Parts: sequence; structure tokens; C-alpha cells
Amino acid sequence: MLLTISTTYRPATDLGFLLHKNPANVQSFNLPFGTAHVFYPEASDERCTVALLLDIDPIQLVRGKGAGNEGFSLQQYVNDRPYVASSFLSVALVHVFGTALGGRSAAREELAATPIPLEARITVLPARGGEPLLRRLFEPLGYTVSVQRHPLDERFPEWGESRYYDVQLGGTVRLQELLTHLYVLIPVLDDEKHYWVDESEIEKLLRRGQEWLSGHPERSLIVDRYLARQRSLIRQALLRLSEEAAAEDDREEEHEREEEAVEDRISLHDQRHGAVLAALRAAGARSVLDLGTGEGRLLSGLLADRSFERITGMDVSYRSLERASRRLKLDRLPPMQRKRIDLIHGSLTYRDRRLEGYDAATVVEVIEHLDPARLRAFERAVFEFARPGTVLITTPNVEYNAVWKSLPAGLMRHRDHRFEWTREQFQTWAHSTADRFGYTVRFLPIGPEHEELGPPTQMGVFVRA
Amino acid sequence: MPDRARSPREARHTAELTIPDLSLVVLIGASGSGKSTFARQHFLPTEVLSSDVCRALVSDDENALEATGDAFDVLHYVAGKRLARGKLTVVDATSVKREDRKPLVELARRHHMLPVAIVLNMPERVCQDRNRERPDRSFGPHVVRNHTQQLRKSLGSLKKEGFRTIHVLSSPEEVAAATIVREPLWNNRTAEHGPFDIIGDVHGCADELEELLAVLGYQAAGMAAPGTLWSTPLYRHPEGRKAIFLGDLGDRGPRILDTFRIVRAMVEDGALCIPGNHDIKLLRKLRGRDVQITHGLDTTLAEIESLPAQGRDAFARDLADFIDGLVSHYVLDSGNLVVAHAGLKQEMHGRGSGAVREFALYGETTGETDEFGLPVRYNWAAEYRGKAQVVYGHTPVAEPEWLNRTINIDTGCVFGGSLSALRYPEREVVSVPARSTYYEPARPFIPEEGAPALSAQQTFDDVLALEDVAGKRFVETRLHRTVTVREENATAALEVMSRFAVDPKWLVYLPPTMSPSETSTLPDLLEHPREAFAYYQREGVPRVICEEKHMGSRAVIVLCRDEKASRERFGMQGEGIGMAYTRTGRPFFDPAMQAAFLERAAAAAERAGLWDSLETDWIVLDTEIMPWSAKAQDLLKRQYAPVGAAGRTALGEAVTLLERAADRGLDTSEIRARMERRRETVAAYTDAYGRYCWPVISLDDLRVAPFHILATAGGVHIDRDHLWHLDLAAALHDADEQLFMATRHVVVDLTDAASMESGSAWWQGLTESGGEGMVVKPLDFVVKGKKGLVQPALKCRGREYLRIIYGPEYTFPEHLERLRRRGVGAKRSLAAREFALGIEGLERFIHREPLRRVHECAFAVLALESEPVDPRL
Repeated sequence: MLLTISTTYRPATDLGFLLHKNPANVQSFNLPFGTAHVFYPEASDERCTVALLLDIDPIQLVRGKGAGNEGFSLQQYVNDRPYVASSFLSVALVHVFGTALGGRSAAREELAATPIPLEARITVLPARGGEPLLRRLFEPLGYTVSVQRHPLDERFPEWGESRYYDVQLGGTVRLQELLTHLYVLIPVLDDEKHYWVDESEIEKLLRRGQEWLSGHPERSLIVDRYLARQRSLIRQALLRLSEEAAAEDDREEEHEREEEAVEDRISLHDQRHGAVLAALRAAGARSVLDLGTGEGRLLSGLLADRSFERITGMDVSYRSLERASRRLKLDRLPPMQRKRIDLIHGSLTYRDRRLEGYDAATVVEVIEHLDPARLRAFERAVFEFARPGTVLITTPNVEYNAVWKSLPAGLMRHRDHRFEWTREQFQTWAHSTADRFGYTVRFLPIGPEHEELGPPTQMGVFVRA
Repeated sequence: MPDRARSPREARHTAELTIPDLSLVVLIGASGSGKSTFARQHFLPTEVLSSDVCRALVSDDENALEATGDAFDVLHYVAGKRLARGKLTVVDATSVKREDRKPLVELARRHHMLPVAIVLNMPERVCQDRNRERPDRSFGPHVVRNHTQQLRKSLGSLKKEGFRTIHVLSSPEEVAAATIVREPLWNNRTAEHGPFDIIGDVHGCADELEELLAVLGYQAAGMAAPGTLWSTPLYRHPEGRKAIFLGDLGDRGPRILDTFRIVRAMVEDGALCIPGNHDIKLLRKLRGRDVQITHGLDTTLAEIESLPAQGRDAFARDLADFIDGLVSHYVLDSGNLVVAHAGLKQEMHGRGSGAVREFALYGETTGETDEFGLPVRYNWAAEYRGKAQVVYGHTPVAEPEWLNRTINIDTGCVFGGSLSALRYPEREVVSVPARSTYYEPARPFIPEEGAPALSAQQTFDDVLALEDVAGKRFVETRLHRTVTVREENATAALEVMSRFAVDPKWLVYLPPTMSPSETSTLPDLLEHPREAFAYYQREGVPRVICEEKHMGSRAVIVLCRDEKASRERFGMQGEGIGMAYTRTGRPFFDPAMQAAFLERAAAAAERAGLWDSLETDWIVLDTEIMPWSAKAQDLLKRQYAPVGAAGRTALGEAVTLLERAADRGLDTSEIRARMERRRETVAAYTDAYGRYCWPVISLDDLRVAPFHILATAGGVHIDRDHLWHLDLAAALHDADEQLFMATRHVVVDLTDAASMESGSAWWQGLTESGGEGMVVKPLDFVVKGKKGLVQPALKCRGREYLRIIYGPEYTFPEHLERLRRRGVGAKRSLAAREFALGIEGLERFIHREPLRRVHECAFAVLALESEPVDPRL
């Protein structure tokens, strides 16, 4: 809600000409979401500072037009939008300093085209990615960056720091450049757009960023964030149900990446899928059920092999299935291929007739996402009711975690893991489950085996007796 | 064997055509024979499926012969749907050829409906004349000729084709005179409501039978058939209770014929009996069929042999007639009770077919045999989803146990077990032990020591079926009407339930949402007690209770006295003595804290004497657990604190800059004043949430405020008023003052202005000292008003607290004005539905219904919570 821009160019008060705002006045502008005030806290020959202060109407945010994308979400009424620098500030820049943003100045045309010493200060800038990202975004553009992070609540120091930063940028640049950088990068750092993202957003970004974006080392992050993702109806329902689940969902992809990062290399992932495919082929499975399919990465492997005639991926997250459907381009598969594959929404803790009659089921890196108390239901749902000929279960070998330096001791590989087992724990569970339901089980290591700690991933191959 | 309404017969020249009411009626006649007219006269339009109409449905032309294949697909499909629902269905097509009738007979059989043929065997001339009058019937006379010939050829074979009732009408006069009489099947006794005493397999154990009858209260009312070989005391219940025998009266036991005598006399006196497989085998033997004399049939035959030769044959004939007259299953008590010897699947209830009879007698087997050489039975009861309770016998079990509303009460008397009866509707099992082991069972049925401690239902319930929760659902509740769950809401709930919720066995209840009072018209306020009082006044409620609203997190606590209780009542093995979970069904604590908490809570309940005074060893409590920050830490850090931090900093800086501009001589006073006021509201906001936060290091930092004693072994306590609930909560507080909080409250008389005034003042005091506000409830737990359920509670929140809900600055007049425009209708509807669902789940739990029925309610509450309703309310 607050941005100041200062210059020490002399006469500093030329800033008023560049911005088309007289330092002697306090001016207010009506905007769709509230009021913008422009005033000069200081204005001398040596130094001149303009302040852009937004008075955002908090009720309008919830009730007004354009607020309805997320339906009623709790985030909207106790909301930081009125107080932080966000895309509202970008919109205000266009409204209030549009001419300067366009690089024009009637009275100081030459000055507008000249780099001058400028400082910008954003008092409360939400920055997802923190100080490192702030620096990675602004420093390549030639600014010195000074950053101070605000605490969440001094009364509760244990809550830690907030995601808000007091950011000061300094550099010798054209005013238009500074404004343009702020226009694009403030919403990128904030990463929460206030209005619906559509095609016109792309055009706006290209227009504001054409000069500098192509050479920016973070351009792909800038573009990704600037064009925020759309959200489905199901997801809105989920959001209303559990802010936490939705937030987790948001972070899901990030977590997947984290887990991959912890697990060091994509190759472990590939190795896991390779081992699973090999075991499926060895079992001669023609129909395969992938339980907890997530984004359907295993499914693409299955689809590529015509010996798998019937492939079904199941997941409890509707959103993951949507992503899987997009990944697999289900709507564009040729009919004969399309007939082989299905995605279904379901749960591993309920028995489900649709899961009956498959040659094999794969449960790849899934059981560790179940509460231990719910494993019993999972065992019966899979081994007693679905009862495929072969069941492949992979799960992390917790012993191996010690090998990874990047993973602090005692932490699990993924935030949603409810447990991670040693080889002995997994094998004890697997044997007892196999015995109870009339299966035999053998075990395969997956990934590079450590002499004492074993492989990073362990797989149990259950075969119906 | 008379499961059909009447034995097959051909009725010629009768005006009255009798058909079973569960039948597929196939009209047979040439084109122009008058089938459609006949159908129109005697059946509902919706009962008649015409091939012509189906042809038109698929092709827009009812004479399009090329569309015949598709038309019959449609006809068979619709007929199948109707028959599955037990709807009498009439097929209006020529059906003169055997191959046209065959799929219809098969369809009827598949749905256990009786195929009926009504033949319009008109003279060819009549048909030709009629067709000539119809412009759309352009086909030549050879068509009708062929039809008529094919029909006449069929007449003799209809019975062999499987038609159980055949009526032939041979002239227009006969057709005109005919009337249709629908008869219920013999198994239809839905008009009989009991009470019943249902008695399991007797197998000739007449001593135990007489003892059991005595225990059940039956008395000998003289002799039946005195002086004949059928002479026996006649047992009758003085209160008119009706006995139902589940079959297998004979074989193996010591007094087989006495058993038949007793039961036959009682049946003639109004009792019911269904046949068992042993009885049917005996019947076949008595009718002279060649059967193997195994499984104890020899014992029955030996008893018959030992009868005096004089009258022996007549006795055997009577015995055969008696068995022959038995109906293989009954549907009783408005469809709420079904009895069959070996049980019966839902889709067979009340139906008549050979398959139904086979199932009722023998059950379903998988085709495999076990290590004792006995057939492996398919557990139809595990799949059972019906509304009716099914009582059966056939396979001896150690203890009768309910599973999905079915119960097997054959406790193997003849094998040395006991003879059991189920009293209905009491659902009480009465047993007398066998006096001896009369016959060695082929397979032991009394479990060995150390058998599983869980009941069959609990074991079965370990894993629920997706089909019981997924998709669009309709849940019947006793407090409210049927509640609909939309598919997308169920989808969202499935994810949350699967990933985060506690074991469904604990999840017997989820609390409903609560609506606020209507918006206040007082300046500066959004909510005030006045509107809450006015609402209940309008609903005719005389007294309400105002309870302090605790600001923490809602928690449902299931607490058992010990592990034994948690095993027996909740089916949990070695998983602690209870569970505290959130309003979305998640575990409230981590496992270590949870164990410590439950132990301490159970100790407090013990000291408070709750177990004994409520005569229970488990309890479900509705509570609020403080501090808010214990559970809402993430929310506070992600949302509440950031807004405070951002507002505080930005507004502070804005004021500073505005002051500096003012120092330059600029007029910023108006903007500055506004920013200062905004800064103050943000400070008030951080104060508001700060009051509900403190660090939780151990159990000692928690405060638990129970306010509903929802359910105990004694029932769902919605018949108690809120003072009773709060008294018990206070007893917990007295027993552990640190852990449990009592809830402050006042009762307000809505017919007394002063009382209401003091209620408002009480609220004022609470909120001014930092309280969230209060909850206003009718003094009675459940109140029905003019338009159904009255809101079980309304909340009335304080001015400062609402900053957490509506944002720091909501008290600005220009904001407040707009915020007043809010509708509580959707929220109230949701609250009523969720309340009804919550109570429904508990009632079902109390009535020991299968877990899927309890879970359905909790799942529905969770699903409804994802409906779009303004969450500020």
C-alpha cells in the first residue's frame, strides 16, 4: 500500500515533472479498489521523495466485482491486501504514473530518457522466496538491494518472521525502468494476483517487459508466477472445506520437487518406475491398477508398452487426477490407446468394487502417506477385496536417509509422510500382511545400495498364492 | 411348491384372470388381435411397454421394421429396470414366436418375477378386419396369417417355456368379459407386525423346544389332534405373540416327530414356519423320490418306521403335505423383517422364482469345499445393504450376531450348542442350552479359546465400501427430512476423509455449523442478543440458555472407561481408550499428547462418578479446547498475524510520511487522521486474536470446555435439557479443575423483558472483558417449530471478536453499513441439516447399526461443510 521513490538528481524536485505530480500538492485519485494518494514527504533541490499511498477498500475486496474467483474463502476478509505492496500497487502505478511509466514527460523529455540516481522503498513487500529471490530479481537489473524482514508478532516471538520485507532499491536508471520493474516484479514476488488471469495478462507482461525480461536470468520464474494458475470448481470446494488441505495442495508440487531434491536425482524416480515395470512384465500382467497414481507418471510408462491392455490410475486427490489427465493428454489420445487407460477418483481406505479383477496393482511411494492406524483398512481394501494377482508396494527405506546430507537427521523425505520404515519394519509388515491374505512376498532393492544402510527405496512383490 | 400366487393353470372361458402382483405379463396375439386396447383397459399406462412405442422412440416411426432390434433393446432395458424394482410390467408386442418370448421369460427370471402369458387367440378374420381399418397397417394379409399360425403352434408349449400362469382368451366376447385380479404372493405378509418369536433350527430337539417356548412365555392350551398320531400339546402365547420357525425341524435329534407335531399344531393355530433344506429332502423322500439317506435323514425315517403300522402311511402323507404347504420365505412388518432358512439377498425379498426358493433353502455357495468336505458358503450377509432385517439359520454359529441387519440364530442345538429365538421387534436373543450333543458336527462351530474378540460386525466394519459414501447421496434422518449430498461435495469430503480423518470407528459424530443471530440494527454493532431472542420468540420457545462461547477449537471427544470398553463398543483393538478429533474429523492431538489427555480425562470422569451415574463405560463429548493457538497455529501464522504485521508496519510508516509532508506545510490532516484510525483498529485486531493465544508445552496448558454430553450407553442425550448437560460438564470441572472448564451460563425467560435485558447485559459484560460472545440455545436440546427444526443454537459474537472475522477495520461506519447486508438463510439451512445428520449418526450408533450407516452421516456432514456458504457467519 505504500511506495516511495526518491532522487538526488539536481534539482531533485524535477521528479515532480517526471511524474506529472506537483510536489506542492496532495493529490488523491479514485481507483476501482479504493483511493490512491500522492504526496511528497520531502522536496528540496538535494532530495525529493514522492509517496504513493493506497487506501484499499477491504469490503470491496470481498463483495465487489472481480472478487468472486475463489468464492468465499476465509483469506478474503482477514486479508493483508489493504496493507501490502501487491498487484494493486501495479494497477495504481498505471493509473497515477501512467505517463512516466510510458517513458514520456512533457516538460523534461530528455531527463525521462536519462538514467538518474533513484531510490525506491516498499515498506511491506510480501516476497515468496524471501531475500534470496528479492536479490535474484533486482540485482541483475543493476540495483543495490537492502532488505529488512518484519516479525510476525512481537508478543509471540516463537511464531518467527513474516513473509514481509522492507525493501530499498538504489540505482542509476531511467525512471521508466524503475517503474516498469516495480510494476512487474512486485506481483511476481507477492505471487497472489488480485484479478483473473487471462490472455490479456500475457500481452501486458510482454509490453512492460520487452526490453529487459528476455535477458533476465529468472525470466521463466517471472513468467510462471505472473501468469497465475486457474482453479477448478472441485478445488474451490476443497478450499472451503479445509484451508489447510488446499494450502497443502498448493504446496504439493513444491513438495514433490523437495522430495526429489532430497532424493538427490530424478534417476531414483526413474529407477523406481523401471523396477516396477520390470516386475509387472515378469508377472505377465495385462491389466494394471496404479493406486495413488498422483500425476500419473507411472501410467505413461505403462501406456508405452502395448502388453498392458488395461490400465487404471486411481488417486484420492481430484486435482492430481486433473493434472494426470493433462500430462497424459487423455483427451487427445487416439481411440485405441484411450480405451486402454482410465483415471478414477477413489480412496485406499475404502474397499471398492471397481478395483476388482486386475492382474496387478502398483502402490508406488503411497503407503507412507497413510496414518499407521489406517493401514489395516488399506490392507483389506487391496489384499482382501481388490485382490489382484500381483501387488507391488514401494516405500522409502528410512535407514538410507542418513546418506543424504541435505536431509536433516530425524526429518522425513516429504512433509506428508506419516512414517518411513526400516527394511526390517517393512518386511515384518509385508510378511504378516501376505500371510493373512494368502500371498507370498519377496523383496527387491531399488536404487544404489549402501553397504550397511541398504537401498534408498524398498519394494515388496506380493503374489497371490 | 407354492411361492407363486396360484399353481399354474390354464383358465379358459373365465371372466376373472388372476395374476401374481409381481409378474411380467406377456401379451401374445397377432397384429390386430387387440393387445394394446386390452392393455389400456386393464393396466396403468406406465405398466405397459409397447414395441410399437419403442420403435417410435428410437426411429420416430412405430412401423419401422428395420428399427425392431433397437426397439426391443429399449423395451428389454426398461422392463429390466421395472422388474428390478418389483414393478408389474406388461409387454405389448406380438410375441407369437417362441424366440420372441424367450428373452422375456429370462428377464423375468433374472429379476425373480413370475412370467405370465395372456394369449389373445382371436380368429384370423377379426384381426384382418381390424388391420384394414387402420391406415398405418399397410402390410399384407399374409402377416396376420403367419402370426395366427405361429400363435396356435405355441399354445401347447407355453408352460414348458416357463410361463407360470397362462390365460387364453379365444373370442372378442371373452376379451370383453375379462377382468384382471392381482394377487399378492404367498410370501407377502407385510401386513403382519408381530410381535414375533423367531426360532432357529430345531432338528428334533423337542425337549429344548418346549423349554424355549416356556421361557418365551408360551403355554400349553390344551391338546391338538387328540387321539391321533398327530396328538400334541398346543402351545400358544397369552399375549398373542406369534412364533416363526426357521425350518430344519427334523433329522438328527431325539424327538423329531414330536417337533413336527408341535410346530404343525402351532402353524394351524396361526404360527408361521418356513421349510429348511432338511425338510425338503424329507419331503422328496416321502413323495417317493430317490434321495441319499445322509445327514441324519435316517433318524427321521426311523422314527416314522417305528410308528404303528396303522396310520403310518396317512401320517407320512400328512407330514409331506405339511412340508409341501410351507412358503420358502416371508416378508413381514411392512417389509422391515424377512425370514428365510438360509437367509435371502435383498433383491430376492418378496419375489417368487425357483432361484429365490433355492437361495432361501440352501444359501449361496462358492462351488468350493472346505477341509471338512462341506461347501464353502458365499457370505451374502457381508454384501447385504437392505432395509429389512433378515433372520435366518441353516449354518450353526456359536453366538447369534448381527451383521448388516442380518442375524443367524441357528446355535446348533442338536450339535450340543443351544436352541435360540429372536424376539422381534425387541431384537433380544433368548437361548436354552442343549441337554446333550445329539449329533457330531462335521465341522466344529464353537470357536476355540483365544478367538477374535471383535464381533462379526466390527470385523466387517474394519473397511468400509466406497459405494457407501461416493457420488450423490440421500441420507434419511429422523429429526429432519432426507438430506441430499451433492457429488462434488462428496468428492471433496472423500479426499479429506481419506487423507486426514481418524478411523471411521471413532468418527461417530461430526458437529454442525452454527448460524449467528440476524444482523443487529444497533449502530456500531453487527450482532446483539436481541435478535437471537427474537428468533426463538418467533419460534415459540419460552426459555433459552445463554452459554459463554469459548474461543478455542471445536473438539469431539470419544472417551472409554478402559480398553475393554473401546474394544467392545468401538471395535478398537489396542488403540487406546478414545479419540479427540476436530470438526473435520482429524486427530486433535499427536499420539503422545492424545494418550496422556485421554488418560487424564478418563480419570476425571471416574472421579466425577460419570461412569456409574450414567451407567456407561463410554461417552461422546462435544467440547471446545483452548487455546485457539493450539490447533490454529498454522492459521495464525499464515493469516492472522501477517495481516497484523503488515497493517501495523504499513500504517505506521504512512502516518510518519504524512507527518513529514505536513511539516512541509501540506494539508494532510484528513488523510492522516484516517490512517491513524486505521492503525488503531489494526492494534485492536491484534489484541483480539492475541487474547486467544498462549504457548502449549504440556497438557497443563490446555483447557477443555465440554458443553454437550452427546451420547453414552444410555442413549443419545437429546432428551435432556442443556442444564443437565452443563451440570455434568461442571462435574468434570470439579473433578479436574485445571483440565476442564465449566461453561458460564444464564437462563433467559423470553416472556420477560427484564430477563432478556439482563441476558443482553450479561453478553455485554462477557464481550467487553474480551470474551468471544455467547451461544443462545433453546433450553431443550431439540425443538421442532412451524417449519421443521428450530436452530439448535445461535451465536452472538462480540464487537471486538468480530475483527478476527470481518477484518480489523470492519467497525468503520462505511464498512459496517455494507456488512449488514448478509443473509443467514443458507447458513441456517446448513446448520439444521448438519445437526440432524450428527444426531442421526449417533442414533444409528446407539442402535448398533452397521458402521457404514453411522459413517454415512459423518461423511455427509463433512461433505456439506464444503458447500459454499459465507464462512463469516
